[in-house]
Amino acid sequence: MPTTTKKAKPKEGSHRGSAQSSANRLNVQKTYKLFIGGKFPRTESGRYYTLKSAEGEQLGNICRASRKDFRESVLAARAAFKGWSAKSAFNRSQILYRLAEMLEGRQAQFIDELTMQGSTKVAAQKEVIAAVDRLVYYAGWCDKYQQIFSAVNPVASSHFNFSVLEPTGVVVIVAPEENSLIGLVTTAASAIAGGNTSIILASESKPLCAVSFAEVINTSDVPGGVINILTGKLSELIGHFTTHMDVNSIVYCGDDRAMIKKIKSDSTSNLKRPVFRTAINWLSAEAETPYFISDMQETKTTWHPIGI
Amino acid sequence: MKTKRKAAVKANKTNSSNGSMVDISLKFDEGWSYSPAPESTDHVSIKERYGLFIGGKFVKPALGKYFATINPATEKKISEVANASSADVDKAVKAARKAFGPWSSLPARERGKYVYRISRMMQEKARELAVIESMDGGKAIREARDIDIPLAAAHFFYYAGWADKLDYAFPNKKPTPLGVAGQIIPWNFPLLMAAWKIAPAIAAGNTVVLKSAETTPLTSMKLAEIIQEAGLPDGVVNIITGAGDTGAALVNHPDIDKIAFTGSTGVGKIIQNAIAGTDKKVTLELGGKAANIILDDAPLDQAVEGIINGIYFNQGHVCCAGSRLFVQEDVADTVIRKLKDRMQTLIVGDPLDKNTDIGAINSKEQLATINRYIKIGKNEGADFYQSKCKIPNKGYWCPPTLFLNVSQSHRIAQEEIFGPVLAVQTFRTVDEVIEKANNTPYGLSAGIWTDKGSKIFNITAKLNAGVIWANTYNKFDPTSPFGGYKESGFGREGGLPGLQAYLNLG
Repeated sequence: MPTTTKKAKPKEGSHRGSAQSSANRLNVQKTYKLFIGGKFPRTESGRYYTLKSAEGEQLGNICRASRKDFRESVLAARAAFKGWSAKSAFNRSQILYRLAEMLEGRQAQFIDELTMQGSTKVAAQKEVIAAVDRLVYYAGWCDKYQQIFSAVNPVASSHFNFSVLEPTGVVVIVAPEENSLIGLVTTAASAIAGGNTSIILASESKPLCAVSFAEVINTSDVPGGVINILTGKLSELIGHFTTHMDVNSIVYCGDDRAMIKKIKSDSTSNLKRPVFRTAINWLSAEAETPYFISDMQETKTTWHPIGI
Repeated sequence: MKTKRKAAVKANKTNSSNGSMVDISLKFDEGWSYSPAPESTDHVSIKERYGLFIGGKFVKPALGKYFATINPATEKKISEVANASSADVDKAVKAARKAFGPWSSLPARERGKYVYRISRMMQEKARELAVIESMDGGKAIREARDIDIPLAAAHFFYYAGWADKLDYAFPNKKPTPLGVAGQIIPWNFPLLMAAWKIAPAIAAGNTVVLKSAETTPLTSMKLAEIIQEAGLPDGVVNIITGAGDTGAALVNHPDIDKIAFTGSTGVGKIIQNAIAGTDKKVTLELGGKAANIILDDAPLDQAVEGIINGIYFNQGHVCCAGSRLFVQEDVADTVIRKLKDRMQTLIVGDPLDKNTDIGAINSKEQLATINRYIKIGKNEGADFYQSKCKIPNKGYWCPPTLFLNVSQSHRIAQEEIFGPVLAVQTFRTVDEVIEKANNTPYGLSAGIWTDKGSKIFNITAKLNAGVIWANTYNKFDPTSPFGGYKESGFGREGGLPGLQAYLNLG
């Protein structure tokens, strides 16, 4: 009925009426939600913030995640850690590759969302393609970084001694504010390639791709809880991130000096490993490195006697 | 001295009604007594007073203050060392900064050769260093001689060779040194910790200011003399002495690029907090509460040796000490009987005696801490057992101690005691012991004893610890990375990761 009576013609390229909009059909809008433990809940707090485009057009009501949402995410990530870290490297590799396959098929949606949030069409296309390739890149590392960073140590006594990397555990990732897709994809991929589980806070000003990426994750054989995605305000959540006693590492992608200081200082609560990714060109080869995997790893050294 | 010999072994029939159960108890208290075999000290040169080693020279402290360092086995003063003030720290950092440019631009091979030279001279003076280490810190000469000093020299030797090979160490990276490193070490392995800190730092092209521990400054002063003798360029290594204030001044000095700290988790957290607003890099080697796990198929006699070595090595002043023993239920009685027998054979006394197994507790304060925990253990209801060995009248001593029937919530099972006190628990299944072993904020080390390889790899993979000894314990090597998970700190010392801690990978 409304299709015939109302001239609902949203602007082209806006979220509220996406690329396939037509003059005589009301678009079905997406509710942007959180992604916790493989499910898509809205924030338990019921709060939201309204995302607008540069032109002031409303793009969506975004969940403003609460401390409780974060704590639920940590529970989910911790529960998923045992299984994910025990998966064979080959299996993890295939699952990351599957992520690339899923993203490849949904390029248009991500290009749309990036464009709505201010990217040019060309830049959006470039970022989405790079994100797909980035997933393939890190998929390949899953069963190789150990061979680069592990060692058999030639100790002087009669022992067999070797060092391997093990995942740090549950990692909180503050995704970069700009390059909201590829920054998030790079950091998430490098964390889970190494067997960690993660909670990611999406870019506050550009959260759309993060939520849509959760849909990609959900169709890619990534077990629930391995990647959890929150949207909301960093200033409100950071204190909870740094002081949670069951988080092992916090990765901050940004360059706010005060934030870096706070993270370093507050994470002494349980000595989480603070990792900083400042001034990274996420689209460049700089963001393709096994050192992004190894800085979320612990070295474990094992000794065994020889001959007795 | 006359040696008294009596029958060392007596057979006691404990269940003689059917004659089938014969318990062999070892009565060591009636057995051998050893003649003293003290290491001589006449060849050792210790000055009456040491200044601060800054810019290649021993200099007087700015405020002219010194403090005594005593022998914890005799409570007698050995020497005195300078109490470095913040002015002295500043002077040392300036000397290190001045030396950094030339040192880091020296041809890498030449840099390495200096480090080799230090190692060689330490080997030449090994006996003297071992005796002083034993006198100053109370550790048994056997351990100082066979472990501390050779390993310290080996650390310099290992890292020396890396100096001109850094481009091969980290694939696709061109590493550069960080600058000036401030290093703070504890009193349990004074010279070895100095070596762990200084060797990788200077081999990688950094310069350092090292603060030795308050109660054990002497071998670091001897190391300073060796560094002088080796002709290392002035200011590359600066060694200062003092207490907590000196350490704080070093941590907070604005011209430091890197802090490396070994010590308690509490102080480690304070340090990280203090430098949070700076670009200083940090590595922390902190406390531990390691699980030493004995499965029922373990070689029990070897395991008992491993338990003894795990907790009583260096008077238990070891961050990676196996201070929580987990024994599988069906062998618990046997293991504990063997353990008690073996404890009774340990000789506690003069650290300079070559027969001594357990030397003096490092300081009066540490002895008070240990005794406080023993009291806590008793009050919490655990069963107390201590070796009935004789201990000297003077000095600080603690006989080998264990607690049975300990539960997870007991403070003696949760907190680091840093003394010869073992908390014993039992378990039924492997899953249970993994759960219990990981139930601690620490994650430095662990031990596992079983004759089945597949069990070893199952358990070592699931324990949250940086160093795991399987069918052995408390082994160290310069090529082997050392450091912990969780609140045992971050970063590694030893091996390639130990080198990375002193480099910018860019």
